[in-house]
Amino acid sequence: MSEAMRTVKFKIYRFNPEVDIKPTMKDYELTIPDKQDMMLLEAILRIKAMDDSLAFRRSCREGVCGSDGMNINGRNGLACVTLLSALKQPIELRPLPGLPVIRDLVVDMKVFFEQYAKVKPYLINDEPPPAKERLQSPAERKKLDGLYECILCACCSTSCPSFWWNPEKFIGPAGLLQAYRFIADSRDTAKVERLEALTDPFSVFRCRGVMNCVDVCPKGLNPTRAIGHIRSELLAEGN
Amino acid sequence: MVRSATSLTGNGVRDWLWQRVSAVILAVYTLFILGFIWFTPQLDYVAWFQLFQGIGVKLFTILAALSLLTHAWVGMWTILTDYVKPAYLRLILEVLVIIALFLYFIVAIAIVWSV
Ligand code: SF4
Ligand code: SF4
Ligand code: FES
Repeated sequence: MSEAMRTVKFKIYRFNPEVDIKPTMKDYELTIPDKQDMMLLEAILRIKAMDDSLAFRRSCREGVCGSDGMNINGRNGLACVTLLSALKQPIELRPLPGLPVIRDLVVDMKVFFEQYAKVKPYLINDEPPPAKERLQSPAERKKLDGLYECILCACCSTSCPSFWWNPEKFIGPAGLLQAYRFIADSRDTAKVERLEALTDPFSVFRCRGVMNCVDVCPKGLNPTRAIGHIRSELLAEGN
Repeated sequence: MVRSATSLTGNGVRDWLWQRVSAVILAVYTLFILGFIWFTPQLDYVAWFQLFQGIGVKLFTILAALSLLTHAWVGMWTILTDYVKPAYLRLILEVLVIIALFLYFIVAIAIVWSV
């Protein structure tokens, strides 16, 4: 006897700027064994096996590389850690909102990474390096928890209205989380300069506390809290 | 660092602080007026007139009007820089908002001082 099967329905955003004038939503159906569940990414890979013109990014397939961020039924997330059974059908897949579409689910992340680069996301320490390593107490190290885990998937920044309206001026939740990751690092000596670079009305203060970023982060991080910490530091510095 | 000449102070921290401080002043003023309405047995012209004759109330009212000006400008500037992308159109709207707010303020002073 053959196994019972079921059909899963999809609507996927398709746009190839070389030939299409307008984007369209294309219907797909995938037949899978009734009892089987899988991650959304696996389902998309099977769709691609049927229609190899579909473009999307993925790599690690386990929520580590941050490349398969997309808009799933209206909410940003990683396809590789989203269970198919948890989604309402037809499952609507669109590219991350607010960024230029290169093709289908692939977006141009240039402006996102430009904002990330602005916060100088690396340790700055002008003291001579010690023989072995720069030590931290467990308490100092603990301050970086909830910050260093970010995989730069851009789910947060592309769900943030303030980032949609001012992507060149507002650093966005992902960049600000990393800004705070280095402001909070006891080994970093550039805290004052880092804060000074953020005092303008856009870089940090465009955050209106909408908290979409917290809602979507697939790593469970809280950029709004980090932004709050930056704001407190700025006020304490008296800028 | 993003430059912006038209924001209230040109500095995000100060803009943010002014918006909060003015919000607190407006809240206190609102409570004060509500309290007056609530606790005045006979709320008529004479009662209002007497209230606004005090120099303290006059100054507090002007302070509240100033706070409204500050608060509204930070808010309107934020909204305009979010949603109006052509620079010349935004500048026109910004000037209109400033003129309107300024006129409101003049009228507020005129009213308070006429009592
Ligand atoms: S904070 Fe979360 S949602 Fe934002 S880029 Fe990092 S991992 Fe992705
Ligand atoms: S809390 Fe701030 S950064 Fe996060 S989505 Fe809202 S406005 Fe954007
Ligand atoms: S494929 Fe790497 S995070 Fe999903």
